[in-house]
Amino acid sequence: MSQNEVTRDGLEHTAPGREATVGVNTGAGEDVARPRKGRRGGEQPMVPEAQFSSYYDKAIINSPVWEAPDIPGYLFLGGLAGASSVLAAGAQLTSRPALARAAKLAATGAVSLSFAALVHDLGRPARFANMLRTFKPTSPMSVGSWLLSAYAPAAMVASLSAATGRARRLGNLATAGAAAVGPLVATYTAALITNTAVPSWHDGYREMPFVFAASAMSAAAGVGLIAAPSEEVAPLRRLGAASGAAEVALTKVMEKRMGLVGEAYELGKARRYGRLALGLTSLGAAGAALCGHRRWLAQLSGAALVAGSALERFAIFESGFVSAEDPKYTVVPQRMRRAARTAG
Amino acid sequence: MAVDLESLLLEDETPAHASGYRDHPPRMGFFTDTSVCIGCKACEVACKEWNQVPEDGLNFTGMSYDNTGGLGADTWRHVAFIEQRRRVAHQVSGEEVQDDGGSLRWLMSSDVCKHCTHAACLDVCPTGALMRTEFGTVVVQEDICNGCGYCIPACPYGVIDQRQGDGRAWKCTLCYDRISIGVEPACAKACPTDSIQFGELDELHHRADQRLAQLHAAGVSDARLYGRDEGDGVGGDGAFFLLLDEPEVYGLPPDPVVTTRDLPEMWVRVGAAALGIVSVIATSFIGRRP
Repeated sequence: MSQNEVTRDGLEHTAPGREATVGVNTGAGEDVARPRKGRRGGEQPMVPEAQFSSYYDKAIINSPVWEAPDIPGYLFLGGLAGASSVLAAGAQLTSRPALARAAKLAATGAVSLSFAALVHDLGRPARFANMLRTFKPTSPMSVGSWLLSAYAPAAMVASLSAATGRARRLGNLATAGAAAVGPLVATYTAALITNTAVPSWHDGYREMPFVFAASAMSAAAGVGLIAAPSEEVAPLRRLGAASGAAEVALTKVMEKRMGLVGEAYELGKARRYGRLALGLTSLGAAGAALCGHRRWLAQLSGAALVAGSALERFAIFESGFVSAEDPKYTVVPQRMRRAARTAG
Repeated sequence: MAVDLESLLLEDETPAHASGYRDHPPRMGFFTDTSVCIGCKACEVACKEWNQVPEDGLNFTGMSYDNTGGLGADTWRHVAFIEQRRRVAHQVSGEEVQDDGGSLRWLMSSDVCKHCTHAACLDVCPTGALMRTEFGTVVVQEDICNGCGYCIPACPYGVIDQRQGDGRAWKCTLCYDRISIGVEPACAKACPTDSIQFGELDELHHRADQRLAQLHAAGVSDARLYGRDEGDGVGGDGAFFLLLDEPEVYGLPPDPVVTTRDLPEMWVRVGAAALGIVSVIATSFIGRRP
């Protein structure tokens, strides 16, 4: 918006404006030009340089505004609900009525709490119904809203029927429906958090759905072990041992494969929660496998599995903030990716 | 979203066209040439004034003349101040003449929402509050946003954020109201050096390429365009920049990616993991009957 004056002799008071050439015509010659950094030839180091530039160490991406315990709690409860519904259907098909009823009630309780946590976390809770304004497969949150609105009523009808013993056929239908949608309710949350620019979430997108699946089954087995009578716990012992072991192993694989970003799981709250989760889930899995024939030991193992699953979600959630707040986790992997692309 | 064969077949598809606009104006954007930015912050002020963006604290960061910090719900233009012990090409600073022969340069840059070709915020918004305008820009509809916050960690640039006490997400609209009546956005209008240039994106690309060649010819070899490349991880930016150093020096990501690019594979894996739950639980019921 530089203001020129048009006169008979042409333009006057012209400012160089956007054509200004910075760094030239200042009286200095070629000889004082900044020496160019020598380019190193040959192989590039495989290990990323610890050196990187940033703008006053400020974060590049904005940290999530999601809060604990709402969102990590939801990641856990959604998993617990979804896997419990499958467990309920299995128990019903194999004539384990007490386990079926307990799993249905657990699913309903968990999904109700989930709903409360999700609405509570909104910036405008009164507008929660806008979630169903459209359907967008590009938004895991939109897909999840529709999944939950199909799943929650089915889970509720199933548990109402189980608790009252009425409307058996409708109850069976609802049990089947909840078991069909439940697994997706348990695993879509992995896409929810990995489809973000948060390094320690996104970089785990290949493994996260399986970590969440194992964690969900581990929690459901845990609740089952606490609630089911001794004669019905055999499948839960197998499930608790297998899914607990899988949760521990898959989490380790995921953190390893992240490389530098995996550091975020070894810092602050993420580390504390992660360590506790590892210990409790391992104990719970071992307890379920080895001493689940004793009711109180089975219940103790179940409680450890539930707590381990919840803490695992909190660890993953907290790591996101660590990796979002330090520009290193955004800059270094992106520079390496760019370098690899220009080299290859 | 239904697959639109017509839009797939179009060679030079614009974001507006891909979003369903059939008769739309050319894609509009910003070219921010940081080499002529003087750090006056007129853009920050003009933006706040025009868009009635609330005050968000009179802070003293103590790190530079930048007391704004970064983009957010209440900062839609942000001027970065970088001090470096380096020269801008052949420039000699007074300090260099007087004392130890060292040099100091200031880089100043006005950051803004990039209005990505493939916008992560828009992709992940579950309510449809974020939308693509006929100008190819990305805008939040404040009467629809329910403050779910998904767009905030989705943005690879750290642009959009939640407003305290309001709960909704806010960001630059590229002055949708102004450009709709053919007036340039407030920041570009206020910029005294034309560091912020507004116009048709094609025209700005052309202008930026010329400017880059001019600077390279003048010996400013570090000059580079950022967000100009339509083959980058976000399909190119509607608001792109001429920088004098690496992007991260300005607080910009060096290789931003729209994560929805990986979403198809994520959905496949989510489905596989769900089937895994069914099969593992089914297997656990195989065995002796009680």
